[in-house]
Amino acid sequence: MTEHSFQIDADMVKHVAYLVRLGITDEEAQGFSQQFSAIIDYFNLLNEVDTSDTPPATQVIHASMVLREDVAQPSMSREEFLKNAPESEDGYVKVSTVLGEE
Amino acid sequence: MDLNSLTLRSAQEMLRSKQVSSVELTQAMLDRIHKIDPQIQAYMTVTDELALEQAHQADERLAHGDNVTPLIGIPFGVKDCLSTKGVRTTCSSKILENYVPQYNATVIEKLSDAGAVLLGKHNMDEFGMGSSCENSAYFPTRNPWDLSRVPGGSSGGSAAAAAAGMGLFSIGEDTGGSVRMPAGFCNITGLKPTYGRVSRYGLIALVSSFDSIGPMAREVYDVATVTEAIAGVDGRDSTSAAIPVPQYSQSLGKSVKGMKLGIPKEYFVAGMEAGVESAIHKAIEQFEALGMEIQEVSLPHTKYGLPVYYLILFAEASANLARFDGTRFGLSVRDGAEDVIDVYLQTRRAGFGDEVKRRIMLGAYTLSAGYYDAYYLKAQKVRTLLRQDFEQAFEQVDALIAPTCPTTAFKLGEKTADPLEMYLSDIYVTATNPAGIPSLAVPCGFSQGMPVGMQLMGKHFNEETLFQIGHAYQQVTDWHKQLPPIG
Repeated sequence: MTEHSFQIDADMVKHVAYLVRLGITDEEAQGFSQQFSAIIDYFNLLNEVDTSDTPPATQVIHASMVLREDVAQPSMSREEFLKNAPESEDGYVKVSTVLGEE
Repeated sequence: MDLNSLTLRSAQEMLRSKQVSSVELTQAMLDRIHKIDPQIQAYMTVTDELALEQAHQADERLAHGDNVTPLIGIPFGVKDCLSTKGVRTTCSSKILENYVPQYNATVIEKLSDAGAVLLGKHNMDEFGMGSSCENSAYFPTRNPWDLSRVPGGSSGGSAAAAAAGMGLFSIGEDTGGSVRMPAGFCNITGLKPTYGRVSRYGLIALVSSFDSIGPMAREVYDVATVTEAIAGVDGRDSTSAAIPVPQYSQSLGKSVKGMKLGIPKEYFVAGMEAGVESAIHKAIEQFEALGMEIQEVSLPHTKYGLPVYYLILFAEASANLARFDGTRFGLSVRDGAEDVIDVYLQTRRAGFGDEVKRRIMLGAYTLSAGYYDAYYLKAQKVRTLLRQDFEQAFEQVDALIAPTCPTTAFKLGEKTADPLEMYLSDIYVTATNPAGIPSLAVPCGFSQGMPVGMQLMGKHFNEETLFQIGHAYQQVTDWHKQLPPIG
């Protein structure tokens, strides 16, 4: 195993995985932990750059926002939309329990 | 006449002079796909029936002289991240295995209106995350020049298909080199257009502020013709630019004499394969012989391009991929789930590959409280500096030249164990996307039998200049005419 000056431990990996709603095992978290430490360690290269007077980029091309006329147009039908839904009922998308019993 | 070695331009002439019909041309492409694609695996889905139907319609239009566009009857394939109505669109991910869009991407709509014929969808690295096409959740695509090597990525299927004559052009997508790097590996010409030049409506997003849809084909003329057809403002994409689209293909052939070509000195450092370096230097000599003025320039923040690119990618990708949650479309793993959170956890665990998991977790990590300033915000600041580097360089020169990759195509499995090493193969192509500038990949030689690509980078919305230079080069070289030894 390579030693990195920067460590992201398996607990941190599991925490982050939960934040992005990704189920992972302890073993997988260990593997990702090594890789993340190496990647983030390399990306700390940016610390060399003095950005005290540099604004963050907000857009890449110097263009203004384009707005179109707000005209109603036909949209996808409910039937078409629901063709891709894993489960539906009475024209609605069906999901698992969101709130508890109480 | 071998229809599979045609360029788009020669096919165009044959269709118009009725030497071949679109149905014949399309059938030849489909036959070729069924014959050689089992070895290459460039296609995820082949739409035989739809293709022949579209080809028949194109022949009708040609027969009646009805709306005869430059792309009428021309068969093509598209990377599987563009939505195609009624045709499965997977992004080469298990999470979209059975997803059939109910609408077309704007690019597909435009090509369909122009009478181009869709052959099918190309394999890619899952959600565009990869540089070798090995991250497809289904199968890796192989390089038609050497089946033991990768075609590059993430538009690997699109590059391999165009190189092997399984379509007269491909539509790829470039978030950080994904058109140019595989174009270089497979000896074809490919464009990453300016950000905003081509509508992203219907593209399954990876990094919304980098993603650029672009064509890949044999020659600059072919790429210019397709760009003309797909570019332009779109009411469905607020970032598409309301800047007129030039007639790119008509402006080719202008002399490049007196134009200035910049060599960014930071790109020519240790780590480049000797055969790649000598091919690029020979190309520079060729440009000098064409009357261009060659000048060294500096892009001082070049070495920060890769970390800036990946940090912003992780952040935007983790947000963009939040939509794949097993609720409205795509894979949904509901068995044994107690609540909706369980469905998310199970679905995303089963549906995403390791590289996707890595990147969305790194995105959440670098965006989280305490790290946001150090990573995401820092990357956005250095992004400003990257863009300024290019702006200053383009005050001195008309275009910049660099390789598309430090090496030629590597072997399958060579870089899969170490994600960071795989990221480093993108070192020459990633800086352009944070800056939003256009870049054209052009074949420029061979190193130990494998193709070498160069890229010409230009100012925002200056694709025309890149086409002009690339076309001039292809008039005096024949690298782009070399075909892979497969058949």
